[in-house]
Amino acid sequence: MKSLFQQDLKVANVGLQGFADNIVAAGGQVTHLSWAPPAGADAALGWKLANLVGDKRIEEANRSAHERYLAAQPRLIDLILARDAMPGLTERRILHAGPPIAWADMCGPQQGAITGAILYEGWADSLEAAEEMAASGKVALEPCHHHGAVGPMAGIISPSMPVWVVENADRGNRAFCNLNEGLGKVLRFGANSPDVIERLRWLGGEFFTTMQAAVRGLADANLKPLMAQALHMGDELHNRNAAASALLFKRFTLALLKSKLDSAAVERALAFVAGNDHFFLNISMAACKAMTDAAHGVAGSSMVTVMARNGVNFGIRLSGTGDQWFQAPANPVDGLYFPGYTVEDAAADLGDSAITETNGLGGFAMAASPAIVQFVGGTPADATANSRRMLSITLGANPAFTLPPLNFGGTPAGIDARLVADCGVLPIINTGIAHKKAGVGQIGAGITTAPMSCFNDAIAALATSLEGGAA
Amino acid sequence: MNTNSRFYPNLYKDSVSLMTVSAKVSAVPGIEAASVVMASATNVENLANAGLGEFEVRPNDLIVAVSGTDDACAEALKTADELLSAKAGGGEESAGAQQPVTSIQMAAAKDPAHNFALISVPGDYAAAEAMKALRLGMDVMLFSDNVPPESERALKLFAQQQNLMVMGPDCGTAIVNGVPLGFANVVRRGPIGIVGASGTGTQEVTVRIHQGGSGVSQALGTGGHDLAAAIGGISMLHGLKALDEDPDTKVIVLVSKPPAPDVAKAVLGAAEASVKPVVAIFLGADPDSITRNGVHGAAYLAQAADMAVALAKGEKPDRKPIPLTNDVQRKVKEVARAMASGQRCVRGIFSGGTFCFEAQLIHAAAGIPAYSNAPTAGNQKLTNVAKSLENTIIDMGDDEFTQGRPHPMIDPSLRDARIREEVADPTTAVILFDVVLGYGSAADPTAGLIGVIGTAKAKAQAEGRRVAFIGYVCGTDQDPQNRAAIIAALKSAGVFVASSNAEAATWSAAIISERKEATK
Repeated sequence: MKSLFQQDLKVANVGLQGFADNIVAAGGQVTHLSWAPPAGADAALGWKLANLVGDKRIEEANRSAHERYLAAQPRLIDLILARDAMPGLTERRILHAGPPIAWADMCGPQQGAITGAILYEGWADSLEAAEEMAASGKVALEPCHHHGAVGPMAGIISPSMPVWVVENADRGNRAFCNLNEGLGKVLRFGANSPDVIERLRWLGGEFFTTMQAAVRGLADANLKPLMAQALHMGDELHNRNAAASALLFKRFTLALLKSKLDSAAVERALAFVAGNDHFFLNISMAACKAMTDAAHGVAGSSMVTVMARNGVNFGIRLSGTGDQWFQAPANPVDGLYFPGYTVEDAAADLGDSAITETNGLGGFAMAASPAIVQFVGGTPADATANSRRMLSITLGANPAFTLPPLNFGGTPAGIDARLVADCGVLPIINTGIAHKKAGVGQIGAGITTAPMSCFNDAIAALATSLEGGAA
Repeated sequence: MNTNSRFYPNLYKDSVSLMTVSAKVSAVPGIEAASVVMASATNVENLANAGLGEFEVRPNDLIVAVSGTDDACAEALKTADELLSAKAGGGEESAGAQQPVTSIQMAAAKDPAHNFALISVPGDYAAAEAMKALRLGMDVMLFSDNVPPESERALKLFAQQQNLMVMGPDCGTAIVNGVPLGFANVVRRGPIGIVGASGTGTQEVTVRIHQGGSGVSQALGTGGHDLAAAIGGISMLHGLKALDEDPDTKVIVLVSKPPAPDVAKAVLGAAEASVKPVVAIFLGADPDSITRNGVHGAAYLAQAADMAVALAKGEKPDRKPIPLTNDVQRKVKEVARAMASGQRCVRGIFSGGTFCFEAQLIHAAAGIPAYSNAPTAGNQKLTNVAKSLENTIIDMGDDEFTQGRPHPMIDPSLRDARIREEVADPTTAVILFDVVLGYGSAADPTAGLIGVIGTAKAKAQAEGRRVAFIGYVCGTDQDPQNRAAIIAALKSAGVFVASSNAEAATWSAAIISERKEATK
């Protein structure tokens, strides 16, 4: 108290507004808080949370996790088959988006996509047989995140699918993501008709061979500068990847021109890349996964390293709580729908692509991409405000990814679960909306948030993991 | 149901902008479906599937297609046209530029100069907010009550390690660096520092110091439970030390109800060790029993303030009794003589808890026991707080009166109604009350009371009774309320207005003693 007598009093007023008014009337300095009970109004958890504020073990762990994250240098080093990329992806195993979920509980698009993947792998020769196989447990279904991988929407990766390999040059960890099939009827939205499987076969055949040569021939495999440049060109690298896709197209073109591949095959491959403004999304996701994985596994850290959805639940992981998932039903999406569709048709929030927000992009980098904010009828100023708001729940900013509207300040990066639970500001996620029926495809896009109870549960688990000492 | 459409050749808009326009066009009353898209192959197929019509594929052209009533379709096309032809740039002001501060951590991150938290959220959540503030290096005033004792202890032990202070829980008043916090009066800054465990007790001391021509360096609160054995006076000891080390503080006043014996010993020991003179008042404790070398015991609040003012001037801190001048004695007899035969009781109706406590002590010392909802040692607990018995002195700011209602300092209407009831009781001789001014208190605390006194008094007079009204206004000439006008209004309503709570109680006790003699 004594040192306070020598300072100017600056009060944080929590509660009665009248007290703040009085301080102002008396000529004092005060900030009145728009307070609501934190931690889901669970007083016991709120007390636990309060005792984690400024905890030296957490602060130290977060510093270390955040440094690893900032030091990460994702490089696009290869395109190989999933079974060769992931040692755990043995036969009769299929990876899906989000936290773990049983077949019977899955949403339509995810079931449809798994059925399609079984057909693609040739494990069954009809849709019915494929469904029967999945339902009877003859195929192991596991989250992509359990294998260092990510996948947009249904997020299906089966052993014979090609995956991008992104390596973090700083720590050597690798992350994987499947190929983007374009828009319309595609596997990631649960479509599994013959044309969809046919496209997958082409992607796993001629396109795979061609693009593997392109990746291996890249003059510059560094992804961070390319992503930083795309942020200055209107992408937020989740719902908008037009600039990054174009930048990557330039690099691939030069690499392919030097290859000795059949020019017709090269033309078909490049035409496919050129025709898809979302082509870069899957590479962005692998890069984000490589960066956030670098921060994972620091004991005591409250930094969020995974946010993912399986079409039913939203799940998060913290750096300091290992393999645990903290799940809650996904929040609704506030969005715009394509002609003929309404919110009634929408599946719940789906996909691993929230790894971009976990990494400070997507909704967090909305200021870079004012076009995206129109999905909820906002203005460019709202986009900037969204990015600023996210700074209040992150450990810091990423100087490698800057946002011109924030005076070239870094993207908000490294969500601290303590801050989310305390201030009630939820991470913003830009997302596509899938039709709830398999195979219809994308029917809109919009903005959603991560559910609060994931963060509350994560805080409770972190507190338990730290019990037995205080700092 | 009709469809209508319009092409805009070579007009390119990105799909997100178009979805926004579509949404607005769809919202036109009477519109079934609407779509504003580039006429690509996929989109044209979608339009057909949505029943909006068959169109030619023209990828560079924009198409607006609507279905609904004829009028609605025309209106929708017009709306679309306006939206599509809107000029680029400009746009409305953003609502989201200033984001609300929702947590103490956010406030600290926004401006690290935040060095103090004033917390008045419900008790279930208050301790957690206080802990966060402490962990961020802030001193804390915890106005909230109903904080569990184990949380209070955890907070105070943590604060002790960090050399920070927790004022509260249930701390109603403080003045830090001249800034009034919670319920606080506007007083001159000066050489006297106060650490108080009772809210209105501290207010009374600060006000009296101001009226004595001196001023207050800091007025710190501890909350009412701090000097219980479970807490051990952690906050009071901290406050005492902080004031002892504060170059602007020359004299220290400690205000409390009698602490647990071990705590009293620790506090008085620390006071004795202090390099500065200390005036201590433990309401109800014999002043001699708490006097030590350099520690001057006081019997009542105003006396403590007067002694501190004397010490600050370098004078001897005489423990002067409440003056009962000849004039006052004459007036007391006159008033008592005019009463009807059944009038024998005092009814003390207080908004300040410490005022209620001190008034009971002064009556008890004069041999007048009283019932109370918050009885002092030797007094009886009132079983039904809504009904006075014999001599009754109640604190209407206590929990049983404030459940779901504002404190009587904020809204005195319940207190005013109680006074009306008491006047109607034929045994009532004296109505004793307080009016507390300052920040936090009602803007016009006697607005209703003056009228209540007028009508109640007239009614009693019509019934042949003359009730004495004795009031005390705790406040200064610098408070937001107009103290002089309030006192003048009370006086003209026939209220005897005392210069301290102790004086008011002393007058009341004198009248009741006279009535005891008269009704023997």
